[in-house]
Amino acid sequence: MSVGIRLDGVSYRYAGAAATSLRNVGLELEPGRVVGVVGANESGKSTLCLVVAGLAPAVIGGRLEGSVRIDGIETAAMRPHDLAQRCGLLSQNAATQLSGTTATVFEEVGFGPCNLGLPVADVVQRVWAALGAVGIESLAPRDPARLSGGQGQLVAIASILALRPRYLVLDEPTSELDPAGTKLVAEALARIARDTGAGILLVEHKTDVLAQIADEVVVLERGAVAFSGPAAAVLADPRLVELGVESPAAVRLERAVRTSGLEWSAALAKALS
Amino acid sequence: MSGFGPGVDRSAPAASAGAFADSRPPASDRSGVGSTGPGSAPAVPSIEFEAVSFAYPDGTRALSQIGLRIGSGESVAIVGQNGSGKSTLVRHLNGLLRPTTGRVLLDGNDVRPIHVARLASSVGLAFQNPDCQLFSGRVSTEVAFGPRNLGIHGGELEERVRAALEEVGLDAEASTNPYDLGYSRRKLLALASVLAMRTPILALDEPTTGQDARGVARVRDVVARAFGEGRTVIAISHDMRFVAESFRRVVVMREGCIVLDGAPDVVFGEAAWGELRASYLEPPLPSVAGARLGLGATVTEAAFVAALERRAGTISR
Ligand SMILES: Nc1ncnc2c1ncn2[C@@H]1O[C@H](COP(=O)(O)OP(=O)(O)OP(=O)(O)O)[C@@H](O)[C@H]1O
Ligand SMILES: [Mg+2]
Repeated sequence: MSVGIRLDGVSYRYAGAAATSLRNVGLELEPGRVVGVVGANESGKSTLCLVVAGLAPAVIGGRLEGSVRIDGIETAAMRPHDLAQRCGLLSQNAATQLSGTTATVFEEVGFGPCNLGLPVADVVQRVWAALGAVGIESLAPRDPARLSGGQGQLVAIASILALRPRYLVLDEPTSELDPAGTKLVAEALARIARDTGAGILLVEHKTDVLAQIADEVVVLERGAVAFSGPAAAVLADPRLVELGVESPAAVRLERAVRTSGLEWSAALAKALS
Repeated sequence: MSGFGPGVDRSAPAASAGAFADSRPPASDRSGVGSTGPGSAPAVPSIEFEAVSFAYPDGTRALSQIGLRIGSGESVAIVGQNGSGKSTLVRHLNGLLRPTTGRVLLDGNDVRPIHVARLASSVGLAFQNPDCQLFSGRVSTEVAFGPRNLGIHGGELEERVRAALEEVGLDAEASTNPYDLGYSRRKLLALASVLAMRTPILALDEPTTGQDARGVARVRDVVARAFGEGRTVIAISHDMRFVAESFRRVVVMREGCIVLDGAPDVVFGEAAWGELRASYLEPPLPSVAGARLGLGATVTEAAFVAALERRAGTISR
């Protein structure tokens, strides 16, 4: 049996939509790898997340063509419960992800593991580990519905991490985080991939985060894969600009220097590293 | 649209925040703020937080002893750690929250007795989470809601809706249901709804979140335009490049307090890095690279390249 998530020739159209949101997408996510996804707004990143996590079409309807397999099994043939356990999805608006039934952040993060039927001691251990991974132990006693935007996003990330799925699909998980929080989450994700062998699909506008932790990057354009490859090469590719994707800060700065006609030197490269 | 009231020099390069504070117009003694009769450009009130502390009903202390003055027509970015009190601060501007102690003044008048609906004609606030703001089934109705509540109707209302949607690039979506828009475009819609109110003060809570490069450029244009018209623009952001490029003044918050306040060159300059990092922030890359190369405070790409060019010129001469 092959391991990993594999998409072959995937096209998807939302229920009632006139246009196709994904067109003939192929993608591979192996255990222990971080695959970044970039693309302009409306290029299909969030739809791709829903499809990879098996929510589209199973839960939200719509029409899917092609094959989406997790560890060799078609997601269409998997029970929702098995699927959820194997693949954790963090949607773009973290605020919508709260269970709405818990009184503290601690309970909120423990909600998923409890539903997996784990012994209490395991749940407690997982919750502290997840809170620690994103640096929010101090929020444990707080009401999850009364947090700042970024704090809420960190709680949503911790909740997914506590489930310890084999695959993580994260739709802009750092969008509301401060620079230090962004770095912390990026490091936590890299560590999880390395140490636990989880495969991570990471949608990010912050290409600096992808430069830091992604193995490969896939660029979407109007629902199709424009190009993909090793992270460093894709992130330095000048085509990103036309595709509406911000290049990492160092790439931008080097480009600005070269465009101005100044000479690019080793000293400059060092200053940017 | 013609300019708003007296204000700062629109053409001057970014100077120190102190200069803006000093060039502030005198507080008027109008009893209300921001009159909005059709055609009359409302004056832009100054803002003052006077020893403002705030605790949420559950006891969480979010602001402590904030003192902050924002003159008419300034452009100010507020940055800081998650949970440092940025959103809480701006929610005081339009009366969504009232200080636990201390006062918020517009043109010298305490806003406490002013009704929220009336404050809305002075301060437009775009929420961090657009879904807290959107409720209508149609994009155009959504954008019309605010100005209609200000008493705008007919052709003027239509024109405002059209212009606001055009400014954020949603002109083709006027009859779409907001919930059929992706997150990034819902965020732009929330921005358009506030723009249509044409308030003298614009407060944007993380306007670039979820935006791609073009979306960020759009927001940058919105900010530049409002500033150019003489309005006061205040934006919260975690995007230091956007902050360094688009604002004249940067306020850094940490744990409910203001810890740095100055021009981008100062706040992102090497001398402030220790304080910045203690506030969970990072200076933008051009600033770090510029310091490493001894170029001085180069907080934007343009400033970095200009400094390099100057140095190359000196050497070859
Ligand atoms: N409704 C609420 N009830 C109680 N506490 C709250 C509420 N909203 C926010 N807080 C708390 O108030 C403090 C300041 O929060 P605020 O939302 O102002 O932060 P912020 O700087 O905007 O953060 P972010 O960058 O994450 O948006 C934090 O400790 C936060 O947890
Ligand atoms: Mg906030």
